[in-house]
Amino acid sequence: MTRGKAHKYGDHVDTDAIIPARYLMTTDPDELAEHCMEDIDIDFVKKVQPGDIIVAGKNFGCGSSREHAPIAIKAAGVSCVIAANFARIFYRNAFNIGLPIIEQPQAAAEIKVGDELEVDIDNGIIRDLTGGGEWTFSALKGPVADLIEAGGLVNLTRSKLGADG
Amino acid sequence: MSVSMSISEKLLARAAGVDAVRPGEFVTCKLDLVLANDITAPIAIDQFYEMGGREVFDRDKITLVADHSTPNKDIKSAQLVKKMRDFAAVQGLPNYFEGGGCGIEHILIPDEGLALPGDVIIGADSHTCTYGAVGAFSTGVGSTDAGAAMATGETWFRVPAGLKFVIEGSLGKWVGGKDIILYTIGQIGVDGALYKSMEFAGSAVRNLPMADRFTICNMAIEAGGKNGVIAPDATTEEYVKPRATRAYEMLASDEGADYEQVFAWKAEDIEPQISFPHLPENARGLSEVGEVNIDQAVVGACTNGRLEDLRIAAGVLSGRTVARGVRCIIIPGSHDIHLQATREGLVETFLSAGCMVSTPTCGPCLGGHMGVLADGERAIATTNRNFVGRMGHPGSEVYLANPAIAAASAVAGKICGPDDL
Ligand code: SF4
Repeated sequence: MTRGKAHKYGDHVDTDAIIPARYLMTTDPDELAEHCMEDIDIDFVKKVQPGDIIVAGKNFGCGSSREHAPIAIKAAGVSCVIAANFARIFYRNAFNIGLPIIEQPQAAAEIKVGDELEVDIDNGIIRDLTGGGEWTFSALKGPVADLIEAGGLVNLTRSKLGADG
Repeated sequence: MSVSMSISEKLLARAAGVDAVRPGEFVTCKLDLVLANDITAPIAIDQFYEMGGREVFDRDKITLVADHSTPNKDIKSAQLVKKMRDFAAVQGLPNYFEGGGCGIEHILIPDEGLALPGDVIIGADSHTCTYGAVGAFSTGVGSTDAGAAMATGETWFRVPAGLKFVIEGSLGKWVGGKDIILYTIGQIGVDGALYKSMEFAGSAVRNLPMADRFTICNMAIEAGGKNGVIAPDATTEEYVKPRATRAYEMLASDEGADYEQVFAWKAEDIEPQISFPHLPENARGLSEVGEVNIDQAVVGACTNGRLEDLRIAAGVLSGRTVARGVRCIIIPGSHDIHLQATREGLVETFLSAGCMVSTPTCGPCLGGHMGVLADGERAIATTNRNFVGRMGHPGSEVYLANPAIAAASAVAGKICGPDDL
């Protein structure tokens, strides 16, 4: 169960907005987190509290393949991202590094900036404690479910390599 | 009776070792090539070791290219490149590219014959979809996926539903692959092909040289697509045959292949396209642009840094002068292209016109170096993204176009076509 305030953005938030290329000369999560969302929300880093939730429209994370984007979001303290849908590379990256992301278009549309949210990832429930809304989302299937189960791609591959050799 | 499949489905089925696949299905595929660059490889390398990786699955099937900040623009980028270079040395990777052997990955890799028809390829770079132009299934992933693939030689995919774009007719003057793809993105939007495969066909595509086909597939990701693909033909074979050092297979979509949607564009309807800030979908025909002054023009990037692109730009700039106050930056896509452009006199044409010619690099395309924009500055560029802050200050603007338009705009100091000069 995670709980936090909603930071809200529109459609097509691209990875250059999440972490501009000028900061990609490092792979340090904390350094990346300092510039998270900088080009579309200069105050994000000052406002965000541990556990907070990013809520956005469609195609969140479009653009470059940089894994620095979900890394920056996670290191900034964000507990999960709710969006109408996600760009596909960002989608894979988020699960690979263990940043929970949820596709729930209705919640994404109805949640307002600053709303206090509670997300029960295991049971698939989003509650808006401020606005009163409640939405469900279904558990993921296929390889993504294996990734979540294993706690990310590093763990999953480690056990695969171990089993193989 | 066997199932009818699209080329993308056939490629995935082959690599998964099954007879047929259907959209929505999950498959695990053997990979023919895994690539990463100086921005993404460092994380992939850390993850590779973190996973318990010791040796890469196949030395010949990993390609690492230092292109984003090359030659190293500062100490931090030098450290990243050094990390990749050391990994390549320890692992004994023959296909490590830096310095004089360098180029922008998506231009260099097919030119080196490393991406071939029939391949299934992933790369820690979103424009890995470029190699669909040779008839490969090729898509971008993140660093951790690339790290895992370097260790295991495989990855999972969800088989994408297919969108087919059939472009018939003859393209007009100054119209090329870049305009076809900008027009397409303008029509369907930046998420119009989300999670889907984009296949390009029709007489207008068949008549295009490889350079333009690469440009089209390169920007599939800009519509959210998983891959872009063009069935290989005689033009493809002419390109790959002298380059290939291993066997390849040219596949085509079956007659009865199923697509979620088929779009038909008339080539005659497509004028040179300009994508306005801040999304590639904001494409407009040149005649609808109006008065847009520019501070910088860039010809280069994995979209349009090929020799054919430089020839077009040089044709426009020959005997002309770049407008006062405009920086016109020309970036050949690889060392070989740079050399050939020098031999053909293109470099001299550019320099005489007042352009700057850089060594191969991604550079300004991602706001890295070699032409970063200040607040309020405006560039026309042959690159593929015009997001907020992509080429520099968040208050700057990027307009996407083909090389002829970028070159003409550099001369005029405002967006226009060669015929307006
Ligand atoms: S030229 Fe631009 S889009 Fe292409 S690989 Fe380099 S940074 Fe990416």
